[in-house]
Amino acid sequence: MIDWGWVADHLDKVAFRTVQHLYLAALAVAVGFAISFVLGVIAVRWRPFNLAATAIAGLVFTIPSLALFAALVPITGLSILTAEVPLVLYTLVILLRNVVAGLQAAPPDVREAADGMGFRAAGRLWSVELPLALPLMIAGLRIATVSTIGLVTITAVLGQALGGLGFFIYEGMNRYFATEILVGAIPTILLSLLADRAFVWLQARVTPWAQRSRLPAEATA
Amino acid sequence: MNGPAKHATGATVDFDRVSKQYDTRARGTPGAVNDLSFHVPAGKICVLVGPSGCGKTTSLKMVNRLIEPTGGRILLDGVDTAGRDVTELRRGIGYVIQQVGLFPHQTIGQNVATVPRLLGWPAARQRERAEELLTLVGLDPARYRDRYPRQLSGGERQRVGVARALAADPPVMLMDEPFGAVDPIVRERLQNEFLRLQEELAKTILFVTHDIDEAIKMGDLVAVMQLGGHLEQFAPPAEILATPASEFVARFVGADRGLKRLSLSRVSDLELRPAVTARVGDASVEARRRSATDPFPYLLLVDEGRRPIGWIADDEIPTEGRLTERMAESMSPLINRRTTLKDALSMLLDADVQAGIVVDRTGAVLGLVTADMIAERMRETAGDARFAAVDLEAIELAESTAMRATAATPAEPIEPAPT
Repeated sequence: MIDWGWVADHLDKVAFRTVQHLYLAALAVAVGFAISFVLGVIAVRWRPFNLAATAIAGLVFTIPSLALFAALVPITGLSILTAEVPLVLYTLVILLRNVVAGLQAAPPDVREAADGMGFRAAGRLWSVELPLALPLMIAGLRIATVSTIGLVTITAVLGQALGGLGFFIYEGMNRYFATEILVGAIPTILLSLLADRAFVWLQARVTPWAQRSRLPAEATA
Repeated sequence: MNGPAKHATGATVDFDRVSKQYDTRARGTPGAVNDLSFHVPAGKICVLVGPSGCGKTTSLKMVNRLIEPTGGRILLDGVDTAGRDVTELRRGIGYVIQQVGLFPHQTIGQNVATVPRLLGWPAARQRERAEELLTLVGLDPARYRDRYPRQLSGGERQRVGVARALAADPPVMLMDEPFGAVDPIVRERLQNEFLRLQEELAKTILFVTHDIDEAIKMGDLVAVMQLGGHLEQFAPPAEILATPASEFVARFVGADRGLKRLSLSRVSDLELRPAVTARVGDASVEARRRSATDPFPYLLLVDEGRRPIGWIADDEIPTEGRLTERMAESMSPLINRRTTLKDALSMLLDADVQAGIVVDRTGAVLGLVTADMIAERMRETAGDARFAAVDLEAIELAESTAMRATAATPAEPIEPAPT
């Protein structure tokens, strides 16, 4: 079923497209997170903004991805921007929600204690609210990254300069060539799984305090 | 004791006609405060007590300006807090809350060193201070320093909360139901430990509770507050119990305030009744003669070190020979001078001979305490007869209304009954 000879001949191309794929996905998630973070910090302080931003992000998410890519072509051409704008927009609905929930994760008594001990607003955000937001933020990044890795394949419709591993899927479909489709699809799935595991690992690394207790909590008062 | 005891002790705290009014009465709005004035001397514990919604927590939070008063002034060591930088003010006031509010993402050591870190102490000194304080509150630094809050029990977390509040050695501490979230046994232990700690630290402490027993136990001064943020009475606990300033206070303190008052006095407050004693080996006839001169119908047999062995009823003392240990028939509870009258009374009720034997540290007899003496002491400190009437009324009220929102109607001052 698989033409191993073709695969062997195209290993360099597979490597290039894998790197491109990761680059397109990482860029979208990074930009999406930066935007979500700024919006999120505003949103937790100003409720109407939170409602509006969440609603708009949700609305964007309902637009079919192909339609969104197509709609952007007249404006930004077949550039990387046309690929990245929708990818970034799709990350927002996940990331914004998780950033907001994360920044609200500090329990009221923890905030009150911080205020009572003389934290300034910025200090409280940096030393208390941000660290406590990490589990939810990383959970958001994990979902956003996995979904973006899948979406990147669709950018292949924007031409051979884009698409990452989607390039093989798109070309394979045009040529009715199963091997090429699988050469695009299987590494994409592997990338998603890898990204997923990477974030699970990162989560455990940066939030040791949230992990299951390694020391038995002692019953002594 | 090295460390905190050498540093600054408490500052005076003055409330000067402090008010906090809210425009809305939405659910969850803190209790209002109305024209509150009182003075807490340096180094004393002042307990704010009252039903929920009486403004006690609001009053506390106005000291570190988590809530800003709408009127009046709060002075720390004579300085108006309104004029101070709010961050700097808060860093100089210890703050302990019921839910503790430890930072879950920081180790116990980091939590304790929070204020020193904010104040920019060198890292080594922060660490040293955290260890010193963990030791002070009874937690071994080597075991606890690197744990996270979720790995601790409720009682341990409360101790860390107290250690954290003490970290920068603030002259004033605010404690909002600090022992409210732990079980009664742990609470009792934490209260006792805290009182012992306070003897060394001598901080000025404002302490909020809704539990009148805790207020009486912890307070040098007790401020009883009423719904709407009115101060009903501000006095030492003994005075609150002996002479409640209003029906509300009498009702809040409870019908058993006579018994509660017993826990404020100790055996050392009584003038002990001298015990007629005789040593083993003394001549019986002489002992019999001496015991007969005293109205108490028993002779106390003691050993060489004047340690009690037991009672011999006067008419059981032989008329000849010498006293032997086997003559002692019964024994009374041994009581030391630090025992509260409440505990002493309870021990007496169980005893055959209605007298407790008070002994010193070596176990030697100092004298006797009887139920009559305790009752007499109560009458002396009770003030006057009018409060007997209040007690009866309080019992009825407690049964029928049990501190419901009826407390909202301002209590009428009690008129002295004609005697």
